[in-house]
Amino acid sequence: MVRLVLPNPGLEARTPSLGQLEYIEEEERSSRPKWDNKAQYMLTCVGFCVGLGNVWRFPYLCQSHGGGAFMIPFLILLVLEGIPLLYLEFAIGQRLRKGSVGVWSAIHPALKGVGIASMFVSFMVSLYYNTIIAWVMWYFFNSFQDPLPWSQCPLNANQTGYVEECARSSPVDYFWYRETLNISTSINASGSVQWWILLSLTCAWSVLYVCVIRGIETTGKAVYITSTLPYIVLTIFLIRGLTLKGATSGIVFLFTPNVTELANPVTWLDAGAQVFYSFSLAFGGLISFSSYNSVHNNCEMDSLIVSVINGFTSVYAATVVYSIIGFRATERFDDCFSTNILTLINGFDLPEGNVTQENFAEMQQWCNASDPAAYAELKFHTCDMKSFLSEGVEGTGLAFIVFTEAITKMPLSPLWAVLFFIMLFCLGLSSMFGNMEGVLIPLQDLNVLPRKWPKELLTGLICLGTYLIAFIFTLNSGQYWLSLLDSYAGSIPLLIIAFFEMFSVVYVYGVDRFNRDIEFMIGHKPNLFWQVMWRVVSPLLMLVIFLFFLVIEVNEDLIYSVWDPAYEEFPKSKKVKYPPWVYAVVVLVAGVPCLIIPGFAVYKLIRNRCRRRGDRQGLVSAPSSASVNGDLRS
Amino acid sequence: MRQNNSITQETQEGPRLRKYAWDTNEEYLFKAMVAFSMRKVPNRETTEISHVLLCNVTQRVSFWFVVTDPSKTHTLPAVEIQSAIRMNRNRINNAFFLNDQTLEFLRIPSTLAPPTDPPVPIWIIIFGVIFCIVIVATMLLILSGIQQHRRKNEGPSEMEDTEDKCENTITVENGIPCDPLDMKGGHINDAFMTEDERLTPL
Repeated sequence: MVRLVLPNPGLEARTPSLGQLEYIEEEERSSRPKWDNKAQYMLTCVGFCVGLGNVWRFPYLCQSHGGGAFMIPFLILLVLEGIPLLYLEFAIGQRLRKGSVGVWSAIHPALKGVGIASMFVSFMVSLYYNTIIAWVMWYFFNSFQDPLPWSQCPLNANQTGYVEECARSSPVDYFWYRETLNISTSINASGSVQWWILLSLTCAWSVLYVCVIRGIETTGKAVYITSTLPYIVLTIFLIRGLTLKGATSGIVFLFTPNVTELANPVTWLDAGAQVFYSFSLAFGGLISFSSYNSVHNNCEMDSLIVSVINGFTSVYAATVVYSIIGFRATERFDDCFSTNILTLINGFDLPEGNVTQENFAEMQQWCNASDPAAYAELKFHTCDMKSFLSEGVEGTGLAFIVFTEAITKMPLSPLWAVLFFIMLFCLGLSSMFGNMEGVLIPLQDLNVLPRKWPKELLTGLICLGTYLIAFIFTLNSGQYWLSLLDSYAGSIPLLIIAFFEMFSVVYVYGVDRFNRDIEFMIGHKPNLFWQVMWRVVSPLLMLVIFLFFLVIEVNEDLIYSVWDPAYEEFPKSKKVKYPPWVYAVVVLVAGVPCLIIPGFAVYKLIRNRCRRRGDRQGLVSAPSSASVNGDLRS
Repeated sequence: MRQNNSITQETQEGPRLRKYAWDTNEEYLFKAMVAFSMRKVPNRETTEISHVLLCNVTQRVSFWFVVTDPSKTHTLPAVEIQSAIRMNRNRINNAFFLNDQTLEFLRIPSTLAPPTDPPVPIWIIIFGVIFCIVIVATMLLILSGIQQHRRKNEGPSEMEDTEDKCENTITVENGIPCDPLDMKGGHINDAFMTEDERLTPL
């Protein structure tokens, strides 16, 4: 067995010993927040893990990487990477009973940077994630009318036809790009603040503030709804979806395995990344949540349960999404075919009902044979079911364009729209709870905010600050900024932080010590599987995924898609290169958290050297305080 | 110069009940509707059904039609007929249980229905309702938080009166809990009998 443990003097002094843990728990009963019951904790963790990515990223990956065959790399990497990391975060939080900054600085003062990097990433993600929730709220507000505003194009100025941009694209595209975002043609063209998005943003941040105002005391109550409602809505949609025409073709398309995709390394890379991001690891929120648990809580079972629920939710959501997509694709296909049939019938004056989907090809040939000249003049569209099924179906495109279009074709559209956007809202909000926890607790631990201040004020200030910075996403170019942050803030830094987390716990804290802690907490030592995963396999996987990502990202030109009505191939989006100053933003957003980790370690090293040169510290720096009546030093 | 209007028609696909055969009676109805539309035009009140002529009727149910003037010497300009039909499009559609998509007049674009614009956009109403609820909830939570804080501040000030802090922490001396030293009221020492019990009741 690898017995590499880095020297770590003073670890005993910085962490409470096992014997003191139970005592600490008693002491903290009134001062430190704790969960009302186990269900709250589980629902909060599940809510944090299950988010928008399960609904709009996983189904796309599944379908584009070989359908049913994608389950294999996904499940394998879930077991090798997701569950061990999750268990590690739960256990270390429960053991050291602090938030992320507290935990890492307790393990070694030089590792405080890991906690600060987590906080930075959580902050960046909170910024743009809540903006997506604001967009969801905007759509939600607009869902209470029949017909839905994105089902028809608005009329132009003299009411002779539809607005040109809408006529050339589609009502749903127009509603998303023009009436919601009012998007500009490049990230340079900032434009002004769109007041309606600002109102939605205000609403989103207010709702979030109400839910996190007293920390887990209030979020613990909110998660009863936000974590359970999505499952109810998904089930309703599944039942509705399966009764629609063409739903089964969507599900079949999703799960048809294409085993050759398994040989493609990008499939495994995407599966690994999806597992990693789906578990919301390295944000610091999970460590914080599990630090409020009682000492003997069975974190092993918890991590297994949360992982299984997360995996199951991904597959379930994918089924629901693709049943609706199958319906939409079938509708489009039927429409396309009907247009072709009409063209043929009108061109040749055939009676109604003579030409159907089944005999269309024969009729075409018959018409061609009877009058080739007239036939040549007719223009037919190509109707390909497969292309309809694989149209732009990830991210905001799935939720705000594809799905909303499908909803307009269902009877009782406003009801389905309201349900769908409530579900997205709950999914996003429960993930935001974890993000905010990952920002608030480190700020408290770093003593940036005075402890005397009431919690309501602290959360209010953080929410207000983040809300004001998020104004940038309400500009005309807001969506471009959001995609930028999404691609770079929430990707590479997390991989590095997770790698350092594993490394710190296994090699700086000491995996033997960790094993003893877990044995004390849950009653048995983690078995061989966990040992192998923590020591070797998971960190290696993190490193491999990170290197692959780096190689791919560095080689790619930084391009993004814009919505430009003046583009020749409109309504397709135009691929444009980012302006040079964006590189600086990317370096800032992705580089700063990564560099904080070694940066802080170096800073601590230099400070220690200076101090040692300065004053003579012969004695061991163990704080001593008078212990009257057996009071514990806190 | 003949000015023709062409019309194509599809029978409605939806409810099968509404499908009907196109025969001479339907043609008569159509002529009547066109004549009716023309009669509404000033100067054309004398248009009769016999002035409307159909030609090239196909199985698709598409045909050309013209309207002649009362003297039957020439046909009326297409523009006039087009505007007359546009005015009464709804009536013509309804006469055949069809709509703009299923009864198509070539070269007569359909006027689009103006969108119903409520005075206040609906989304603002919903936003207002939700935002007010959230503000009220925030106020309540903040106020209850302030109350709790005040209660906590008043609480410790009472406890500071008692000198001994032993009351709150379970102090341990030599493994024996200090509880009996509790200052708050005396503990009845059960080893001693109460005064009442010494005297047997009479």
